[in-house]
Amino acid sequence: MFVAATIALLITMALTLWRALVGPTQFDRLLAVNSFGTKTVLLIAVYGFLTGRPDFLDIALVYALINFLGTIAVLKFFEQDDLGSGQYQEDDY
Amino acid sequence: MIDLLILLVSWALMIVGCVFVVSGAVALVRMPDLYTRLHGASLTDTGGTLVIGLALIIQALFVFDNSMAAVKMGLILLFTLFTSPTASHALAKTALLCGQVPLDAKGNPLLDGPEQASLLARSRPADYRHGQDKERIAQQIQALDNRGGDES
Repeated sequence: MFVAATIALLITMALTLWRALVGPTQFDRLLAVNSFGTKTVLLIAVYGFLTGRPDFLDIALVYALINFLGTIAVLKFFEQDDLGSGQYQEDDY
Repeated sequence: MIDLLILLVSWALMIVGCVFVVSGAVALVRMPDLYTRLHGASLTDTGGTLVIGLALIIQALFVFDNSMAAVKMGLILLFTLFTSPTASHALAKTALLCGQVPLDAKGNPLLDGPEQASLLARSRPADYRHGQDKERIAQQIQALDNRGGDES
């Protein structure tokens, strides 16, 4: 069962990676990378159960949090071209 | 008997989760437009993670007899349930704000142009979003105008 789930997740990750490489816009790439991160969390968890050592779940937990933070940070960069600014630009007003 | 039932339930959940996940990837590859891709990917992200995670929790509790792994898996599910829709919403809103125009079924744009998409994303008043009052915004615009005048 775990082998089948692992193979399905790997196929999914390959397709997602294809979209990340081809994606016409930057948002397509970011969407694919975010989806890839979620699938990575699942893959780590399933692989831990596959090898009979579910201790890998700690890594999956940390990866789930970092994936979200990374996505939000890159989105802020796309929107403002600057990660440090707390102000919106002139044409926002 | 109960062992067989547990195994059957966790198998079924795992297979349903795999179908979700693979269909999400197919949607990500085959859909024609950013927003349709976002729809397919985000729904199956949350749903697939939820279902596979439930299967893994059942396995950890009854087969591996490791309740700590079940708790960790539950935490992963909880975080994913909050963060995955949030990230998708932020991505859609930023795409609209940066001027990505949604397309209809025939590939025609649904809005007049990138400016209208950007305005649609900013439908709230600026002072509400940034926690600033209108006088301060006016002062800032005035300051920007003055700076532009000095430079030219």
